[in-house]
Amino acid sequence: MAKITLSKLRHSYMPAPKSPSDYALKEIDLDWSDGGAYALLGPSGCGKSTLLNIISGLLVPSEGQILFDGQDVTALPPDQRNIAQVFQFPVIYDTMTVYDNLAFPLRNRGRDEATVRTRVMAIAEMLEVTEMLDQKAAGLSPDNKQKISMGRGLVREDVNVVMFDEPLTVIDPHLKWKLRSKLKELHQRVKATMIYVTHDQTEALTFADQVVVMQNGEVVQIGTPVELFERPAHTFVGHFIGSPGMNILPCDLQGGCARFGAHKIALEGPIRGDALGETEIGIRPEFVTLSDKGLPATVTKISDVGRHTVVECHANGTRINAILEGAEQNNTPAKGAEVHLDFHRDQTRLYVDGWLASDPQTSAEAAR
Amino acid sequence: MQKRSIIPIVYILFLMLPIYWLVAMSFKTTNEILSGFSLFPQTFTLENYATIFTDPTWYWGYINSIIYVSINTVISVAVALPAAYAFSRYRFLGDKQLFFWLLTNRMAPAAVFALPFFQLYSAVGIFDTHLAVALAHCLFNIPLAVWILEGFMGGIPKELDETAYVDGYSFPRFFGTIFIPSIKAGVGVAAFFCFMFSWVELLLAKTLTAVAAKPIAATMTKTASSAGYELGLLAAAGTLTIIPGAIVIWFVRNYIAKGFAMGRV
Amino acid sequence: MKTENQKAWFFVLPVLVLVAFNALIPMMTVVNYSVQETFGDNVFFWQGLDWFEQILRSDRFHAALGRQFLFTFLILIIEVPLGIIIALSMPRKGFWVPVCLVTMALPMLIPWNVVGAMWNIFTLPDIGLLGYFLNHVLGVTYDMTQNPLAAWVTIVTMDVWHWTSLVVLLSYAGLVSIPDAYYQAAKIDGASNWAVFRFIQLPKMKTVLTIAILLRFMDSFNIYTEPFVLTGGGPGNSTTLLSIDLVKIALGQFDLGPAAAMSLIYFAITLLVSWLFYTLMTKDDLN
Repeated sequence: MAKITLSKLRHSYMPAPKSPSDYALKEIDLDWSDGGAYALLGPSGCGKSTLLNIISGLLVPSEGQILFDGQDVTALPPDQRNIAQVFQFPVIYDTMTVYDNLAFPLRNRGRDEATVRTRVMAIAEMLEVTEMLDQKAAGLSPDNKQKISMGRGLVREDVNVVMFDEPLTVIDPHLKWKLRSKLKELHQRVKATMIYVTHDQTEALTFADQVVVMQNGEVVQIGTPVELFERPAHTFVGHFIGSPGMNILPCDLQGGCARFGAHKIALEGPIRGDALGETEIGIRPEFVTLSDKGLPATVTKISDVGRHTVVECHANGTRINAILEGAEQNNTPAKGAEVHLDFHRDQTRLYVDGWLASDPQTSAEAAR
Repeated sequence: MQKRSIIPIVYILFLMLPIYWLVAMSFKTTNEILSGFSLFPQTFTLENYATIFTDPTWYWGYINSIIYVSINTVISVAVALPAAYAFSRYRFLGDKQLFFWLLTNRMAPAAVFALPFFQLYSAVGIFDTHLAVALAHCLFNIPLAVWILEGFMGGIPKELDETAYVDGYSFPRFFGTIFIPSIKAGVGVAAFFCFMFSWVELLLAKTLTAVAAKPIAATMTKTASSAGYELGLLAAAGTLTIIPGAIVIWFVRNYIAKGFAMGRV
Repeated sequence: MKTENQKAWFFVLPVLVLVAFNALIPMMTVVNYSVQETFGDNVFFWQGLDWFEQILRSDRFHAALGRQFLFTFLILIIEVPLGIIIALSMPRKGFWVPVCLVTMALPMLIPWNVVGAMWNIFTLPDIGLLGYFLNHVLGVTYDMTQNPLAAWVTIVTMDVWHWTSLVVLLSYAGLVSIPDAYYQAAKIDGASNWAVFRFIQLPKMKTVLTIAILLRFMDSFNIYTEPFVLTGGGPGNSTTLLSIDLVKIALGQFDLGPAAAMSLIYFAITLLVSWLFYTLMTKDDLN
């Protein structure tokens, strides 16, 4: 088990990268503490798999270092890093039995059969595959295959970090949550650092203590699920996380106040810096309510998604979603109705060129 | 990685040596060949090729070969397509036995069939025609084409067929405009194999022809024995037989590995 | 799942007609000959199974069959491992892949008698590249028209030259179908190169290798043209393989009865061995 540090890491698949767009990964600095559960979240092509392969040693980065417990492992091959990786499609050795599959990494490292046996039995029990040990691995169902490939990683007692590369892609939906909670349980039992790569926000947010959101080869935000939800550091995060995502309204700043069209909108607190650039207001649909005052808008669509109702409105040509919950749903407006939208002030953020540019009101200010 | 590539390089050199020798020989004069060993042609000559291109018995050999090979390829692929579709999509009475029986025809030694073929095609009255050779080669090419196409068709999900029927396609229209285009790699590979095996086969082609449809390969053996030691001419004729194969293989180069695996990987 | 549909027979019908015309009628002719004796003029006498008995007891047949098995055995134990090794060391992507594949496939597209003629020219003792090299540079006495061992080495080398690429291409197709994740997982599991071969590559190549071995068995067991052109079965009878012997009897001596009986025995052996081999190789999949 180890603390993982990524220092000034950059990677390009081109031999001589010039502009920043040639880089699949643009300058990443990260610290992951021992035993944590982390998720790398982002759309396809954002560089998360590249980053994962660099940590596991399948790729050598163009620049920068990877440190395990302060020790530089950048140049070490995967088998000397004591890592484990679970791939998108289950990788199992078809011709071997489940037992031999699990024993394979230990036997390759020259452990004696007695040790192998104890470890394999322990892991098999943890994964609930004990009764399958004598079967040929080829005949297993995808979820069991994925468990076995997970088990091959966990079976080694010295494993530093276990990495998951979208491991639930081929699993049936009704088994996904089962395997996911199994993962969570395993993390609590083995206490290894775990890194989980996915493009699915639910998987990331339920698995990880800390989520790293990536876009275009950059880390946009690192934070707990709650932080990502409440204070997205970038409009991308606001948009990517949440269903529906954060409302983004283009706005002008006039004397420290935000104006959306002719309407003045109060921000959560003071604006950072001089806010030069393209300015936008970000507010989650959860914090938009229908009322008789506030921004005038037209209802364009109503979607009842069960627990709550999403009301889609348009104002000045911009789409704004509001979520109605509980008793609010009794007053759901009809399509085409003219409504007024009220934004919770403490959840109304300012973004400049995509990045968060407002701070919450300090208690002193609030008291005033 | 560098060390490893020695193996394919050495292998390819080994493959190219006899071919090089054949080509080098074709540019030598008979005199030079018989007077002793020379690594490169000393007096470079095109005389051997000139002989082939001016003598009708020679160049008709090529034309004959290309005609019957083309006829065979068209027939084989055309009849194999629906059959392969049937094997890959339906169960029917005796399907497995039929498939196996088809494949056994590839196992029959051509030598076994040489004489009966001669008698059969003489009796039907098409001895010494292109059609006779083309039909005879169907014996081993149709089973092969069915086998290859069935392998490629197995990789196309059945949902494709069902979607097309739901969309109101008739079977012939679906087969012609959707299904065949979606396995065109397989059709190309099957055609390639039919071409190849028909092109390289000689025993049956020679047995079933006398003058009018005589293949180039047979012309070669005849000339070699009757005109004595005309090695240069023989080498030139041999070199020319490599060219059609090389051209055809260039067209399927992207499918060649999968093609040789009969679509079964 | 395949659906049951008897109308599928209509799709198979053209194939059936064409192949049956080519296979059944000649096969019946062969069977017909195999049980009769003729002195020409289309006069035949019932002979029963005498020809079969005669062939099965004849030393000549045993010798030819023995040579045939030896030849096929040598071909398989050289070409299969060699083909796998070459496929393993080939590049997986890039410019050189099509170059390798096309050049390797080339020998298979040369008419079989040209292959024989080409090797004949190549191995002529004084004016062939190989013959000259062996006789005059290495100083080995090499003349396949005189020395049976030289003749054997030559026909085996020729077949290796001609057909190893088939094994290479099939194995290669199996190899490139393995996803990268397998190699990555093996690296992480600390697997040796041998383990990667044994547990990842070989199992993935199994289907295509079965096809390769079957094809190589059938084709080498039926080989006729190339050795006939190259050695004519000689020196003596040392390279007279089954097909060559069969054609000698049928077309050379015009002993149609024995030749027909021999054809059937020959065909039966090919079928039997192919079937045995196929059942053996695919036994695991059925369980």
